[in-house]
Amino acid sequence: MTSPESVTPPPQAGLAIVARGVGKTFGTGAERVEALRGIDLSITPGEFISLIGPSGCGKSTLLRLIGDLTQPTSGTLEVNDKNPHQARLDRDYGMVFQKATLLDWRTVAKNVELPLEVMGFNSSDRATRAAEMLDLVELGRFRDHYPWQLSGGMQQRVAIARALAFRPSLLLMDEPFGALDEMTRELMQQEVLRIWTETDLTIVFVTHSIPEAVFLSNRVLVMSRRPGQIADVIETGLPQPRDEDTRESPDYYAKITEVREALRRLDRDVLET
Amino acid sequence: MTERDEQILEEHETDVITAFEEDPPVGGIVDGEERIPGAFWTRVGRYLPAVLAFFLVIVLWEALTRALGVESFILPKPSEILTKFVQNADVIWSAAFNTLIEALGGFVIGTTLGVLAALATVRWTAVHEGMMPFAIAANSVPIIALAPIANALFSITSPVSKMVVVAAVVFFPVMINTTRGLLEVDPAELELMRSFASTPRAVMRQIRIPHALPYFFSALKVAGALSLIAAIVAEYFGGPQDVLGQYIINRANLFQFPDAWAAILAASILGITFYVLILIAERLVMPWHVSFRSTED
Repeated sequence: MTSPESVTPPPQAGLAIVARGVGKTFGTGAERVEALRGIDLSITPGEFISLIGPSGCGKSTLLRLIGDLTQPTSGTLEVNDKNPHQARLDRDYGMVFQKATLLDWRTVAKNVELPLEVMGFNSSDRATRAAEMLDLVELGRFRDHYPWQLSGGMQQRVAIARALAFRPSLLLMDEPFGALDEMTRELMQQEVLRIWTETDLTIVFVTHSIPEAVFLSNRVLVMSRRPGQIADVIETGLPQPRDEDTRESPDYYAKITEVREALRRLDRDVLET
Repeated sequence: MTERDEQILEEHETDVITAFEEDPPVGGIVDGEERIPGAFWTRVGRYLPAVLAFFLVIVLWEALTRALGVESFILPKPSEILTKFVQNADVIWSAAFNTLIEALGGFVIGTTLGVLAALATVRWTAVHEGMMPFAIAANSVPIIALAPIANALFSITSPVSKMVVVAAVVFFPVMINTTRGLLEVDPAELELMRSFASTPRAVMRQIRIPHALPYFFSALKVAGALSLIAAIVAEYFGGPQDVLGQYIINRANLFQFPDAWAAILAASILGITFYVLILIAERLVMPWHVSFRSTED
């Protein structure tokens, strides 16, 4: 375990994501809510990072800040040595939300092609890329189905294929498996890890499941209650490739316990102050 | 939405089985091809009660008017109406055709302007705020009352005067409904488009317009009926004689009520045809819509 201070990044180029003293406050006056305070972090290319913390700790807000869906009220963010806005315009991000948000009027393949169409790819390039992405998520045979004909897990895999269709360098995932049952969820985690190893993606993954965070990540960032701060950084150090045996290894349990204790410490701190 | 939520919940139960297996999930996949052998009789079964009810009403109508000796100026017998309809078919269909031209012309003009206004409304917030209260108020005004004025403005003998009335009647429901559809978009879809750095034009094309289609078609169904009503009522205020409105008035003035009813029958046939054509167009344009999915298990 590292102390929060040691996360403060030295100024250097070539990092995927750098945050310096990032804060976010919503509203004004009596309705003012400070969601995030003094977030410092640096993520190297190819890392798998999880953000975990109690509800309302601002982990989703932090992800949205990185993805330029909202802007910080203090501090600075850099994504691929650019500001997040420029990174979004350069299509550096793929995003997957808790809801698959597939468009009902498009087939599976056409949903995957949506970003490519928006970006002006020609139709043969779109079709090739979509087929490639559907193979990656193992849904090639469902290309002509409509989203509502698929199960929740399959829909979420289409959403992942869509997010990766334009080959972004970063994949931002906001509780993507939160609506799935436990077993589907474990299969999906395996899928995401496989995709991550087959590509050179940097993944930032928001979750409130401790085992999920430990199983997937290189590092787990534990966030405190509002205003959200990074309270702990836990290196999982589990060997790759991770599979069903990983889930039964003592190291895995030890890391889960470590994250759980970090989260419990937050509650104790709250009770003592 | 709730129907769909339930569907999703149901599918989650089969998730584990379906997510990684070789065979497509049986519960989730609706295979239209396989249902065709039974489809014809299923359809007959679905429409049979309505068809029976229709004939029952006609038979009762005929029987009661005969048994009670109802005068034809109160309610003619269906057989009388049908006889006149066949006897005067040439005159009635010629009148119906002219009325249809007015209704269709106004329908097309009103719908086009309504859609353009809706797009402008959504594209520019200022237009939206300036126009919507006015449009909603105008929608409650009985625009048909303008018919005599339109006759005076645009030459009573020209079908254009009738088309203008029809267009004005059709415009508001189309504009208001389409605008609502364009604005009723899942914020998550907007964020998704934002993550691709989409242009406003792409958001309009990919998200807003498909969302507006169901609203647009509901408006068209209302507008289709309104356009015939407006055309016929506008004809009552004068103009060329060879139209349904004048035919009905003239025959009624001559106490030839079965004849007047025969013209009303023609107007009904036009109205129903119009409605069915809109239904077919709706199915062709948005086959993906929830309301067209099979509900059979």
